[in-house]
Amino acid sequence: MAVSRPFAASFAWQRTVPYLLAAPLLIFMLVFYALPVLSMLMRSFFNPGLTLSNYTSLPDDVVFIKVFWNTLYTSIIVTLGTLLLGYPVALALVRTRRLAPLILIVIMLPFWTSVLVRSYAWMVLMGRHGLINEAMMAAGFLDRPMRLLNTPLATQIAMVHILLPYMILPIANALRQIDPSLARAASGLGATPLGTFRQVILPLSMPGVAAGTLLVFVLALGFYITPAMVGGPREITLSMLIAQQVDQLNWSYAACLSAVLLATALVIIGAAQRLPGIGNAFKMSAR
Amino acid sequence: MNLVQAIAGRVLPTTVVGLILLFLIFPIVVVMVVSFSSATYLTFPPPAFDLRWYKAYFGNEDWLRPTWLSIWVAAAVVILSTLLGTLAALGIARLPPALRVVASGLILSPLIVPVIVVAIGIYYAFSRYGLVGTPVALVLAHTCLAVPFVVTSVSASLSGIDPRLQQASLSLGATPIGTFFQVTLPLIRPGVLVGALFAFITSFDELVVSLFLSGSGAVTLPRRMWDDLRFAIDPTIAAVSTLTIVLTVALMGCAHLLRKRAT
Repeated sequence: MAVSRPFAASFAWQRTVPYLLAAPLLIFMLVFYALPVLSMLMRSFFNPGLTLSNYTSLPDDVVFIKVFWNTLYTSIIVTLGTLLLGYPVALALVRTRRLAPLILIVIMLPFWTSVLVRSYAWMVLMGRHGLINEAMMAAGFLDRPMRLLNTPLATQIAMVHILLPYMILPIANALRQIDPSLARAASGLGATPLGTFRQVILPLSMPGVAAGTLLVFVLALGFYITPAMVGGPREITLSMLIAQQVDQLNWSYAACLSAVLLATALVIIGAAQRLPGIGNAFKMSAR
Repeated sequence: MNLVQAIAGRVLPTTVVGLILLFLIFPIVVVMVVSFSSATYLTFPPPAFDLRWYKAYFGNEDWLRPTWLSIWVAAAVVILSTLLGTLAALGIARLPPALRVVASGLILSPLIVPVIVVAIGIYYAFSRYGLVGTPVALVLAHTCLAVPFVVTSVSASLSGIDPRLQQASLSLGATPIGTFFQVTLPLIRPGVLVGALFAFITSFDELVVSLFLSGSGAVTLPRRMWDDLRFAIDPTIAAVSTLTIVLTVALMGCAHLLRKRAT
């Protein structure tokens, strides 16, 4: 059966509309983002001729190994810290009715503040004459100020503070989806509150824990501003090493390090895709 | 219930959660309090309250110029990313599934790719065309970082629309364009607005890309703060920080309320 001409034309037109709508942004992202990043990454294969030497020399590169482990170690500590501090808050957020809006405000206020300002806040707190030192000395715990700022601990504390909401929000989401009648059934069947938590609530909140852990870990891997501001001069992160190499115009090495950082993040995200509840984890990184 | 149980069951968890919440909010509060300090150095609590650091900020062209640049760049980013992002969200929803995955993968990837990699990639390409140190470079780069937020926000409100509304409009004789402006757009307006607010804040707060692209000709406010922090941490930065906290919290609060009302 022949379709009348104007109808066929309008049908074809209808089918091209989605492409026409998406094209401007896709072209924009290709030209100003994807191609620049890819062409930079390609530099890692040239030194100056086509070679893999940048990559093959990495295992013997003492600086790289040290920085890479420091980056991983910091991310692990920060992830564990946010998990430890985040879970109780998520639980409180979901359990309380009256205080929930207040708790949410306390979580969101720092979340909406820029990383630069929050890192600066920790500089103010942890300085030699900062609030923490002054308070500890006034209370008699210290005789003279201790070195807090520009230590690995400072980086870890500030990063836990900055990334904590990324852990709290997915866990609270998972907790909210648990059917309250399950907890009632458990306690009706004789489980203690702790038993109900361990055997019902905790396992059912695991998708949220997985999403929060992935989000915090991957974001922590790329941290630059905070460790540069409050961290130790020796304990630099991969991002800081990359920036340093760019400053020295060591492009092929910087590109190689960037590829390693990106690949590490992608491998972890890829491995996590098998876990339940991961699907939309990164869409939640919207503040 | 005996005392031990009461402590273990209620008092202890409340105290623990209270302390964690204090940890979250305290640094922000300290910066705000310090910004009203009369002291020339950072000390807490301040000896007396004074507005001198706000006067120092508002009276100094070296602070105001970067502030205006950040505002203009962010405004341009809002226009560009909201326009491109909204159109793309409308298009992507109707692409074949395989293409949809590729397109949204490209658009959302800045959420996953470490920002230093994006920053030096763009710096690497832009420096060849003499764009470093121009506001245009910042607008283009910040738009790439802001677009994922616009697309996710608009897509979320698009998926919440009952398709029968658009079908009804078309069957009642409205043109596709008329349907868009009179049915679809009013329905996704909250999503577009939330995306626009996110885009503004993403650009206004952005530092890592600006560290490479600002050069000396296009210094943004975060870049100016960063440069200042290397030499002195006088309370002017606390005053600037407080102002940016107030601005971002107000805008994000709006976005939060809009999103809540839309769902």
